[in-house]
Amino acid sequence: MLTLHGVSKVYKTGVFGGRELTAVRDVSFGVQPGEVVSLIGESGSGKTTIGRMVLRLTSVSAGTITLDGVDVATVKGGGLKDYYRKVQGVFQDPFSSYNPIFKADRVFAMIKDGYFPGVGAGEWRHKIGASLEAVRLDPDQVLGKYPHQLSGGQLQRMLIARALLLDIRLLVADEIISMLDASTRIDVLNLLADLKARGLGILFVTHDLSLGNYVSDKTVILRRGAVVEMGATGRVFGNPLHPYTRKLLASVPQLHRKWEPLEAEAEPAADGQALVQAEDDHFVAGGVRG
Amino acid sequence: MSTVSLRVEHLKVWYRTLRGDVQALDDVTFAVADGEIMGLAGESGSGKTTLGKSLIRLDGRMRHVDGTVELDGKELPIWDNGKMNGFRFKEVSIIPQYAMSAMNPTRKIGLLVEDLLESRGVGFAGLKAELDRRLELVELAPDVLDRYPIELSGGMKQRMVMVLSTLLNPSLLIADEVTSALDVSTQKAVAETLVGFRDRGFVKSMIVITHDVSLVYQIADTIMVMYAGKLAEKAPTDVLVGAPRHPYTQALISSLPEVGVRYDDKRLTGIPGTPPSLLRPPVGCRFRDRCPLAFDKCLEEPPFVEIEPDHFVACWKAS
Repeated sequence: MLTLHGVSKVYKTGVFGGRELTAVRDVSFGVQPGEVVSLIGESGSGKTTIGRMVLRLTSVSAGTITLDGVDVATVKGGGLKDYYRKVQGVFQDPFSSYNPIFKADRVFAMIKDGYFPGVGAGEWRHKIGASLEAVRLDPDQVLGKYPHQLSGGQLQRMLIARALLLDIRLLVADEIISMLDASTRIDVLNLLADLKARGLGILFVTHDLSLGNYVSDKTVILRRGAVVEMGATGRVFGNPLHPYTRKLLASVPQLHRKWEPLEAEAEPAADGQALVQAEDDHFVAGGVRG
Repeated sequence: MSTVSLRVEHLKVWYRTLRGDVQALDDVTFAVADGEIMGLAGESGSGKTTLGKSLIRLDGRMRHVDGTVELDGKELPIWDNGKMNGFRFKEVSIIPQYAMSAMNPTRKIGLLVEDLLESRGVGFAGLKAELDRRLELVELAPDVLDRYPIELSGGMKQRMVMVLSTLLNPSLLIADEVTSALDVSTQKAVAETLVGFRDRGFVKSMIVITHDVSLVYQIADTIMVMYAGKLAEKAPTDVLVGAPRHPYTQALISSLPEVGVRYDDKRLTGIPGTPPSLLRPPVGCRFRDRCPLAFDKCLEEPPFVEIEPDHFVACWKAS
């Protein structure tokens, strides 16, 4: 469905844009319907930039992003509006995604004005009800309230409900649970799994390996803008091949297993090595060593 | 257990608001032993940061209602901002949340350290050698003192603040969410540095405040869990994670996804509902509405009692 082919992003920095900063380097992967793909990386790895390029919030410097064969960079005007009918994003901070002056359900009204001006009030209410049910929210509890009266988890789920009103096919979820509490974040994660069962493709951007491991079918590990390892989640986490992936996994705090001293790295792996297939559905930059 | 370093008894700290008092910290009693690293875990609004702040500085909206705090046998006058000046930094110190922005951006770091020491009546020259030694320990070059905070990366700033906070060898260090804003690999280094500070005797005991139980599991000797302004459970780390007794701790720990586990179609479950408002907290156990084990007796408030040596729980079902 969504395919990235050799995508790069170069920012011009410095006073006159004289210096170049490569945020994303030659990234290729795809998202199928009913599939959750995790983009995992530390800060500066380019994971958010990739999400923003898919959402057309940032231009692509090189390579192509296609949705059902159509190059995303070429859609304009009315076509762009149609694109957002199919692809929507939800971001990290639910509290700043809403305008605090207006009631939270205004996000639904804005969708109606923009995309469904002809739909009657009764039918629209029914649609909102169905959409809220899909994210397991009680309409009585959330409609007519201001953002500060709702919890972070409720706000985040309302944003997902808003995206569902549009019959989207792809959801870009950028760190959507990192600001939620431990006891509520798992509900939002399970919700993503429900959406997946409805045939939605989800691009799940996160820095948290344990969340990626829990929810995703495919995992892409990024470092400094380049893919270091990708493949089926079970293979990447079960049999990490790249030294960077191993280091990340060894650094994640886990319950029931204490940190061990890191094994010394023979040589720091160079950037920009080509991906090599190590086994079925499992690719590593630079191939398997030693 | 060895001698007690910090003893907090019946501490109540409330926030004044226009709508009434928010009972953010309600009747909290616990002790931290010499050399103990205690992890303090809880969700947002549980009172964990309020507890940390109470031990060092009450801000304008906070009101000390009741209770005492004793450090190394001396009572801390936490209700008196002026008197606390004699203890802050020397006896009890904090690495604040968002330590990234804790340093004055207009001063070079070296001058900032001088100012700070001067304000405590300590000479900078006498401590310079020790400062350099500690900078080396956290892998910072001595020339950071000639730089401005903006020239340092997030992890470097965090380490600089850690060195600063512990420079006068305080007895108690409070580390408030020190690793939350860092990448996983930096997070590990910072957490291990905290343990190193304790092992080298820079600080005697430590309270590590975090929302991430798996992080304190790595470094803490004991973990205390708070819920809605009350203590829920305190136990040695392995006991709390391996055999928690409070239903809230149990639910919290079982809702954490882990890296080494294959999930496939297995689902974890969260805790339904939300924590109660602390403006008018419910009578009895505050977890009652969300608790799967709640029964009639939970209308009465459960005491925080020791059910096994060093294992404290506030639940009728556990004792």
